[in-house]
Amino acid sequence: MSDALKQTVADAFNEPACATNRAKSASERKKGCAKPLTPGAAAGGCAFDGAKITLQPIVDVAHLVHAPLACEGNAWDNRGSASSGPMIYKTGFTTDMTELDIVMGQGEKKLYRAIKEIVEKHQPPAVFVYSTCVTSMIGDDINAVCKAATEAFGTPAIPVDVPGYAGSKNLGCKLGGEMMFRHVIGTVEPSYTTDYDINIMGDYNLSGELWQVKPLLDKLGIRILGSLAADARYKQVAMMHRAKINMLVCSHALQGLARKMEEKYGIPYFEGSFYGISDTSDSLRKICSMLIERGADPELMDRCEALIAEEEAKVWADLEPYRPKVQGRRVLLYTGGHKSWSVVSALQELGIEVVGTSVRKATDNDKAKVIEVMGNANHMYENMAPRDMYKTLKESGADILMSGARSQFVGLKARTPWIDVNQEKHEPYAGYMGMVDLVRAIDRSVNNPMWEDVRRPAPWEEERPFAGYRPRVKDRCPVSGFANDPTDFEDD
Amino acid sequence: MARLTRPRRALSTNPLKSSAPLGAAMAYLGVEKTVPLFHGAQGCTAFAMVHLVRHFKEAIPLQTTAMTEVSTILGGAEQIEEAIANLKKKANPRLIGIASTALTETRGEDIPGELNDIMSRRGDLGDLKVVYASTPDFEGAMEDGWAKAVTAIIDTLVPEIDPLHRDADLRQVNILPANYLTPAEVEEIVRMVRAFGLKPIVLPDLSSSLDGHLAEDWSGHSLGGTKIDDIPAMAKSAVTFAIGESMAGSAHLLADRAHMPMQVFPSLTGLQAVDNFVSALMNVAGVDDAPPAIKRDRARLQDAMLDAHFQIGGLQYAIAADPDLVYALSSALAGIGAEAVCAVTTSAANPILDLIPCEEIILGDLGDLEDGARANGATILISHAHARHAAQALDLPLIRAGFPINDRLGAQDICRTGYRGTRAFLFEVANAVLSRPHVARPEDFGAAPIDPEFDHDRPQTTPH
Ligand code: SF4
Repeated sequence: MSDALKQTVADAFNEPACATNRAKSASERKKGCAKPLTPGAAAGGCAFDGAKITLQPIVDVAHLVHAPLACEGNAWDNRGSASSGPMIYKTGFTTDMTELDIVMGQGEKKLYRAIKEIVEKHQPPAVFVYSTCVTSMIGDDINAVCKAATEAFGTPAIPVDVPGYAGSKNLGCKLGGEMMFRHVIGTVEPSYTTDYDINIMGDYNLSGELWQVKPLLDKLGIRILGSLAADARYKQVAMMHRAKINMLVCSHALQGLARKMEEKYGIPYFEGSFYGISDTSDSLRKICSMLIERGADPELMDRCEALIAEEEAKVWADLEPYRPKVQGRRVLLYTGGHKSWSVVSALQELGIEVVGTSVRKATDNDKAKVIEVMGNANHMYENMAPRDMYKTLKESGADILMSGARSQFVGLKARTPWIDVNQEKHEPYAGYMGMVDLVRAIDRSVNNPMWEDVRRPAPWEEERPFAGYRPRVKDRCPVSGFANDPTDFEDD
Repeated sequence: MARLTRPRRALSTNPLKSSAPLGAAMAYLGVEKTVPLFHGAQGCTAFAMVHLVRHFKEAIPLQTTAMTEVSTILGGAEQIEEAIANLKKKANPRLIGIASTALTETRGEDIPGELNDIMSRRGDLGDLKVVYASTPDFEGAMEDGWAKAVTAIIDTLVPEIDPLHRDADLRQVNILPANYLTPAEVEEIVRMVRAFGLKPIVLPDLSSSLDGHLAEDWSGHSLGGTKIDDIPAMAKSAVTFAIGESMAGSAHLLADRAHMPMQVFPSLTGLQAVDNFVSALMNVAGVDDAPPAIKRDRARLQDAMLDAHFQIGGLQYAIAADPDLVYALSSALAGIGAEAVCAVTTSAANPILDLIPCEEIILGDLGDLEDGARANGATILISHAHARHAAQALDLPLIRAGFPINDRLGAQDICRTGYRGTRAFLFEVANAVLSRPHVARPEDFGAAPIDPEFDHDRPQTTPH
């Protein structure tokens, strides 16, 4: 790892805004928050993966991965962040380094040419260049290449120096934000600004979730100036420094960036969520009150309250028909961070019982929230091995597992309905309307007649009355091997 | 459960139905050394033949009594006699299967009587067998014609057994497959029966005649199918299984003739449906366990159900086919939580219509399918190849099922029965859903489009 990168990583971990971090001793803090990986038991993405997750939703940028094929070849086109326009972000660009390139030290030249080809062919507003384990190890200086390419072609080439071995996915998300702070934010001025301009950070617009929330903001006259990186354009990231406030959506990873933007540009931030009904309302209130503090007309708050009242009444009315179908069902939630509690209260109001929730990646704040809504800490799980989860599902009598894709098969093999609430999901569950979608998904899944069918015993597991007659057979069936030896049936 | 409606109108837009005589001809083709003979005018025979050729991609020996205006007025007995004699000379079949058509039925002749007369008079025809099924085009659909032909074969070739002297082979099982079952499906059923150490006699057996095999020589009759000598031997079987409700009548006749038990399986698609069949096979075989291959197939189907329910649960689709096929596919899909928002069928004769899981069944055409799918927001169509026009108009994927499938190869290889076939079917439907990923747009949720000031002002190619 280059010294510069080492420093970046150390800085990333030394996050004063992070409560967990502050509680640690100085030496512990240096080690970072990444837990050491256990060979043979390691799971999860690498830092490169994290940076890509965070930045790829910038939809008009060409994302170029400087690596042998595996890093991008195995990872592109598998995330559901949606674009309302450009599609170039979905193209998998990679330098596809060969052994020869590596041995001959051709990496930097190849990268330079790759950037040139992209600029000529696609003319994107910027090219993001991701370094990876191999290219970082052989010492390719992507910073220098990007600098030269930017000067030569007039299109910004942005280095995202995040080789996978630098750390976990979470670290990669942080570093992705850091790269934006260093190279992009503040480089373009908006032609006009308003007192209602906000940035949304840490949302990826999976299946269009941002757009489930955007109509609410539209109605209040609030403009999403900058986005990192839901349905974002390059310019939106470059103009982020002119927003009035930052909303950090359920992402710890970008907290460092939010803090730096507060320090450098004086933009206050808050953490909020658009999952669940009360969270959505709270987030809207918070946005409005902060905007008012920063100069927006105080009547914004009245309009906000009116909107919330109207939308909440509507969503509860929309949910009512599902109540009889989901009431009394038991859910086990297994997801990271804020989702552990943000949907719990809404589900409970519909008569769905939450038998447990995981608190992986959750903050103390999150945990307190869980205890508040669940009554006690008995139902909080840290990491759960698949075997334990299988057992918990069977023992708790859960009717539904809500989790990320990795636990999918634990649920399915336990013949328990599973609902995807993570990154790869195909349905948006944000805002008020997303809650209806989520409950509809629960109904559709848990009430699928298939469950009864697959749980039914096989014909050979059932008690069978004696068939009454036995075939008179002279030999063994060549296919089944069933003997039916005549000596078995002496009376035949 | 389902309510049958018959739209009152003069016009049929894009017919769904294939005719009953065509179904009868297809049934005859599943018996070895047989020539199907349409008693009617030459043209309908040619159309039917082309229809069969384009579906199976095989030469189809289909003959006609070539009725003319004159012979229609004077009566067709002579035409039949001549046709039989000519076919005997030309193709030397062991069986000629006659299907009447609208033309000859309208005139109304006593064909069975005439046939008796002819066969006893003409010693030169040797042991040639002739069966006759009354299949006017204006009554019922393909599956009805098929069933009538099978009933006619049984009636002619299976002897009446004296119950006191019934010498049963308790390992032998009669299988009467409905018209919609493809050669591959019949083969799958045969495989399941054999797996339990039982010997099936299938009537008719398309799996050995129209399975698309390259024959060693050219002949003017069917290339394989149920052995003629096996047909009388069906009287000795332990039991008769009809697959498809439309075969209930044929099964009853056979069971009555030979004093054996019978059972109708309305469908062999879907876990429960196949379980019922396996259970019956276990009873006949007298075992309380199943062979490993069958167990494994069931476990794999269960897993496929789990995998596919994400796509199929809540799926709204429209289906159009003969009653047995509509029932087989829609009941399996209903088991995974899909909803038929429009079901169109061809024949009111089949009592299975009552069990089809759709509020309303329309006795109609592909125009009804298109309208119904559009009005009720179907996202997938299931029907035969002609429904591709509806699919195009609606921009929806079409899962091809039924007859004809003339715009794809391998119609004979489609298998949606048994544990294995059900699994393939579920994947097929789920994949059709996956082939059209819904890409969310801001407008879907009522969000305003993005501010133009953020847009990149230089051209950008969008490679997808
Ligand atoms: S760990 Fe390294 S080599 Fe592997 S995907 Fe991540 S960046 Fe690529």
